Amino acid sequence: MEFGNRTRTKSKTNDASRATDNRYPHRLQLYTQPPSDTISLQEFEELAVERLKVLKAVETVGITQQKGTVKYNELLEKEIAATKLKDSILRIKSVHPEKESDNSYRDHLSHFILRLAYCRSEDLRRWFLTQELDLFRFRFQMEDTRSRAQFLNASNLKYKPVSREEKNYVVKQLDGLDHMSNIDDIEYYKVPFTEALDLVRNRKVFLQSGFAYVPQDDLVSILLSVYRTLLSQALTVTARALPSMEEDGRLLPMLCGLSKRYLGQDYGARQQNVGAVTADMIDMLSKKSFPLCMQNIHTTIRHTHHLRHGSRLQYGLFLKGIGLSLEEALRFFRTEFIKNTDVDTFDKKYSYGIRYNYGKEGKKTDYTPYGCMKIIMNNAPATGDSHGCPFRHFDTDFLKQRISTFGLTKDGVEGVMKYVKGGHCQVACAKFFELTHGISDSSSEVEMFIQHPNQYFEHSQKLLNGPAKTPSTPRGVKIVNSQTATSRSSGSDTSIKVETMDETMSQEQMQAMEDDMV
Amino acid sequence: LTNMSATNYDQNCLPDLLPLYYKRLFPYGPYYKWLNYGGIPRHYFSHREFSFTLKDDVYLRYQSFSDQQDFEKELQKKCPYKIDIGAVYTHRPKEHKTVKSAAFQAQEKELVFDIDMTDYDDVRSCCSGADICPKCWPLMTMAVKILDRALREDFGFEHLLWVYSGRRGIHCWICDETARKLSPQGRSAIAEYLTLIKGGENQVRKVNLPDKLHPSIRQAVTIINGYIVDYLMEKQDLLDCEQKWKKVVALVPADNVREQLLEDFCGKLGKDSRSRWKILTTRLEQAVQKNMTKQLHVEDEIKLQFCYPRLDVNVSKGVNHLLKSPFCIHPKTGRVCVPMDPRKIDEFDPMTVPTISGLLDELDSLEPAENNDQGKKIKDYKKTSLGPFLEVFETFLQGLESSRKGKLIEQSDIKMEF
Repeated sequence: MEFGNRTRTKSKTNDASRATDNRYPHRLQLYTQPPSDTISLQEFEELAVERLKVLKAVETVGITQQKGTVKYNELLEKEIAATKLKDSILRIKSVHPEKESDNSYRDHLSHFILRLAYCRSEDLRRWFLTQELDLFRFRFQMEDTRSRAQFLNASNLKYKPVSREEKNYVVKQLDGLDHMSNIDDIEYYKVPFTEALDLVRNRKVFLQSGFAYVPQDDLVSILLSVYRTLLSQALTVTARALPSMEEDGRLLPMLCGLSKRYLGQDYGARQQNVGAVTADMIDMLSKKSFPLCMQNIHTTIRHTHHLRHGSRLQYGLFLKGIGLSLEEALRFFRTEFIKNTDVDTFDKKYSYGIRYNYGKEGKKTDYTPYGCMKIIMNNAPATGDSHGCPFRHFDTDFLKQRISTFGLTKDGVEGVMKYVKGGHCQVACAKFFELTHGISDSSSEVEMFIQHPNQYFEHSQKLLNGPAKTPSTPRGVKIVNSQTATSRSSGSDTSIKVETMDETMSQEQMQAMEDDMV
Repeated sequence: LTNMSATNYDQNCLPDLLPLYYKRLFPYGPYYKWLNYGGIPRHYFSHREFSFTLKDDVYLRYQSFSDQQDFEKELQKKCPYKIDIGAVYTHRPKEHKTVKSAAFQAQEKELVFDIDMTDYDDVRSCCSGADICPKCWPLMTMAVKILDRALREDFGFEHLLWVYSGRRGIHCWICDETARKLSPQGRSAIAEYLTLIKGGENQVRKVNLPDKLHPSIRQAVTIINGYIVDYLMEKQDLLDCEQKWKKVVALVPADNVREQLLEDFCGKLGKDSRSRWKILTTRLEQAVQKNMTKQLHVEDEIKLQFCYPRLDVNVSKGVNHLLKSPFCIHPKTGRVCVPMDPRKIDEFDPMTVPTISGLLDELDSLEPAENNDQGKKIKDYKKTSLGPFLEVFETFLQGLESSRKGKLIEQSDIKMEF
């Protein structure tokens, strides 16, 4: 991506010299060519943030709604309409051609800016790829047949509809002797089978001599395959080129901050609650306000008077996040551990680690408590470990048994297990929260999202002790500037806050990420 | 040429027999011709990984050889019990330690399939485990026919090498250039396309078909239909007694139909497998016509569960997966891993595949040094029972050769165009 070395006129959003017809032959594109104009730093940041909002919406809506359904489309359209890129992403009626070109330009630019921000690690690349693909699918399905054909043309994709005779033959093969479909209004495209792997894998397409005969409704599957390959390669190339990019220190910090926002609030430094919790309060607090993962570790340490390294980290940092001071932490762990080992061993082996968590040892980093994403994805527990996420790492029967001891109804337990089976651990945790706090029943949709154990704790505390008003639990899908920020929100320095909701991922995505990491 | 030698094989003699086999019988020329692929690209053979299993289970990976001579020398020196073929890498596998690990990558390999008789234990009543017999061998015959058709007709592959593994299974090596260049995703997509049997011990009904059948499934059923009488009814005697027909009836999803069938059979309706099969199929057809069931293809599902090929997806998925080489000896049976002709697969009998001891006996009783018409010395392997199998291999090689020639002509035509 080239910035700055051009003699083109400086581009403002409504500069007429940019608006030429043949730049964007279609409102959709596969982003094969990087843009090459200059823009202001402010516009750069704004476009990036707006597109990020769009992609976050894509992710969130995709979790609770099945892709491609009417509800999904409506919800996603609504969410995108709340962003400043709505005209660039959504179909809008009768637009001045100049404006249309402008909209496409913003689409184009914002995509490439986010590429810079999200190419730097495998996790980020995978996330970006997934959302962009889903966004493309959403947009493509909204186009009519003529527009789709135009898109194929404009993108130089050589998929041509087959002749009538060939189509007859294909449809006859597909129907067998059973029934005759009406073939007149459906086009079939002949595509090498390697470009239609998803359709092939599921036997959803007729194959002959190495070619797949794809009906036009399934064409999007092919396009996604092509787009995935293009974007995946491009991201790798961008990542490699990044270090040698001429950068004067204005872009990189902003880009790094952008991808961090995707991780949400981190309950790290700037805590005003240090000292709010003491060691003797932990037991009582754990019963209702600790998420299941932390309750599990707490039970372990109470029963066995010991914790292994992974659990010490996960639990220790969590306790710091809820307001346990270093002195109280040392007191808590020492009291437990010396039931099994002697004081000297504790002081030598374990107290160092606790002080390390609080940034008093080693490189003196004040470590932030782990969010759900980290707990779920990294460092899966082995035999003897008690860390991790119960909704992800526990054997399902054991988990079911465990949550049944919390006074939930049978339906309630089933409700939670339903999400677990679907691989949606964080939604399951949220459901568990809602049921144990009596704020919903087993059949209602889950409205909050858990993305951090400390978030769970704070919401719980607010519900149990807080002022009488209902807390501003983040309702599923809103990605708006948060004016109703809770008192705990870490004040972000930039003016635009993206209140991110979701690190939730489907089972497949998680598996894919894990495969990648191996 | 006698087959009695098969029973003479003694596993303990292998260390003495192998040196002779590798000296006089292993077909180095044709084998090298295959894996060299016409020297296009030049390093194809030298960058190929082989693995050897030596005596006492000593396993050596990342073996590679510069040419046929080098290969021949090493084989005769080491006399491996087992040879596996792996992928073609970016560098010579035997030098992989001198390369940065991220740079040493598997690039190409044939697409392979491995069918193992043990995966059919739940649907064959004659044998289990490593045993095979003429009563259950037709499962392999059907597997070859069904997969060969699908790979050639649906996927357009041309150069398939089918091999008998020497004991209880078969392998297929797909050697087209497009196949060798396939990504892991491509390989797994093909394997899944070809997979119809899903589920382990706890799954009774392992085949679930949608209402509209994909053409490849219809084709598979057509092939299986040709074996119902001979294989299902006679060899397996599928509905012979209560213990056996219960297993089949358990696959019928509709309770009422299932109960009706059990009533029929226990009530002595039908006197043997054939007549009971007729009753079964009639009842199923009636059930569909009278709307008594939601599943429209139960008869097909039963046929497929008992006869459709079961392949191990993991063998096919990975580019770097190692698979047993053709022409090595199976240590347990002494049989040679021989090519099979898919067009004559009905005549293939694993019991008549030559063993190493049998072949060496044959060599002893041969006429010395016969020359062929061109005055060249005929290779020993052509004079033994191994000969016909080499012919199958040569035909396969000729196919590869003409494909290559065709492509070169195509390319030079394009160049000459201007």
